[in-house]
Amino acid sequence: MSKLLNVSSSPHVRSSVSTQNLMYDVAIAMLPATIWGVMQFGFYSLVVVAATVLSCVLSEYVFETLMKKPITISDGSALVTGMILGLNMPPTIPLWIPVLGGMFAIIVVKQLYGGLGQNWMNPALAARCFLLISFAGSMTRFTDPVTDAVAGATPLAVIKAGGEYDLMSMFIGKIPGTIGEVSVIALLIGAAYLLVRKVISIRIPATYILTFAVFAFIFGRQDMGYVLAELCGGGLIFGAFFMATDYVTSPITPRGQIIFGVCLGILTGLFRIFGGSAEGVSYAIIFCNMLVPLIERVTIPTAFGKGGKKHGGK
Amino acid sequence: MNKCTERLYNGIIKENPTFILMLGMCPTLATTTSAINGLGMGLSTTAVLMFSNLIISLLRKIIPDRVRIPAFIVIVASLVTIVQLLMQGYVPSLYASLGIYIPLIVVNCIILGRAESYACKNGPAESFFDGLGMGLGFSLSLTVIGMCRELIGAGAVFGHVIIPEQFHISIMILAPGALFTLAMLSALQNKLRLPSATNGDAPRSDLACGGDCLHCSGCTGMTNHAVLAEKKAEAAAAAAAAKKAAAEKALAAKKAAEEAKAADAAKKEN
Repeated sequence: MSKLLNVSSSPHVRSSVSTQNLMYDVAIAMLPATIWGVMQFGFYSLVVVAATVLSCVLSEYVFETLMKKPITISDGSALVTGMILGLNMPPTIPLWIPVLGGMFAIIVVKQLYGGLGQNWMNPALAARCFLLISFAGSMTRFTDPVTDAVAGATPLAVIKAGGEYDLMSMFIGKIPGTIGEVSVIALLIGAAYLLVRKVISIRIPATYILTFAVFAFIFGRQDMGYVLAELCGGGLIFGAFFMATDYVTSPITPRGQIIFGVCLGILTGLFRIFGGSAEGVSYAIIFCNMLVPLIERVTIPTAFGKGGKKHGGK
Repeated sequence: MNKCTERLYNGIIKENPTFILMLGMCPTLATTTSAINGLGMGLSTTAVLMFSNLIISLLRKIIPDRVRIPAFIVIVASLVTIVQLLMQGYVPSLYASLGIYIPLIVVNCIILGRAESYACKNGPAESFFDGLGMGLGFSLSLTVIGMCRELIGAGAVFGHVIIPEQFHISIMILAPGALFTLAMLSALQNKLRLPSATNGDAPRSDLACGGDCLHCSGCTGMTNHAVLAEKKAEAAAAAAAAKKAAAEKALAAKKAAEEAKAADAAKKEN
């Protein structure tokens, strides 16, 4: 009787998808935008992104070592948080600000709530808002890649003030803005990669962008050029494909994802058109992160075999 | 006056109203934008708390039980009005920066809480010192929170700027900073296991307050404790009765066995 019966509990069939794979895919998808940003704004912007990534990964390592928890830096989530945060920085920021932001994202927003999967708010966006409130001056000082001068206004601010804009340069990315958000085309390449690899579903980005476009058309200006400029300007595309689709902080139910996208679109529209600031993507996303448990509660799908018409009852 | 120093210790450290009892959160979060504001808020609350405890303790036999809350409120509101007018007259800048939070001391839950749980059950001297201890504990916490927020958010200690402007993390003097600071300090207090009613110092119990009712002269867990004590006594009585019955049974069995033995012996002899 040398043959042992191998008994194991279910699941017996496993998917090859792991946290690590997903995170590295997201990181790869952000590369085109990163490369474009570095080409546009110079070597220093690469240093900024590297600083946030290092700060996030090191904070995670140090915190988990101090708290005697298993070290999870190899799953890539800190890397992705760092990259998103870095791409959200203006290119001329003093280095200690992104480093502080990375520490805040990982320690306060992620680890204090219990690590990956427990944070109810997107760490990178929370850190961006933290920095935006704390250092409003440095965080909104953008350079113009064409003239290389420190220009005060992003195209969104120009549009809000009623000025002229050039749609083509906004689409390609020859505009002032944060490192990663400027080039719509680079972001769309990354998003296509994510969609092809089935890392994200189209539901959240599509409903988000569509709702926002409708909202901007109704309440902004009834002009297609304006709506397109609003879509291409600021962090909308970056936010819709890379930040609103974060697995931890977005709904998992399909109907919930659609509701989430609609909420995002309406809130972004409200903040951009009726709010004081020209940009509103970050606040809209972290606000909707808070609604996720409620959305999931009302959109629980019916389990197979439950609900529907009752057959063969007495 | 040993009881009085015990009251002071209790208020400042063991049952610190901010970090242990978590009372008076509204002024704690709203007025601690700088150390001096925190201190001002704390001291004005202390003044009200001392005298409200004293007066309520003196009147505790006169105030009818059914209308005690309105009676307490009237006393507290009169004291707050006095403090408000004095502050407006003598420290107008502090008065301006604290704003609505001075009149709101009337509905501060520390004041009503101490009146309800301590002053209306104890003598005037202890109540006065209880108010002083609680007030000083509140002032201390508010000053510490204010100092942290002022240092990080405005780079200053009591108004003296020591960190250059570009390094100020100004979110710390806004509303989120208050929550960050309070949470961090409470976590630190828990981590270091400072002597408090909720930290190891008291015997372990399943009560929310820690169950150290020997040294606690009034907390909301009192009734809970009474019920628990009653249940414990009942259980003890039942156990004692069972033990007694078992002992009697054993004795009876022993007797029976002895008798049977004796009978056996008698049989053998026969």
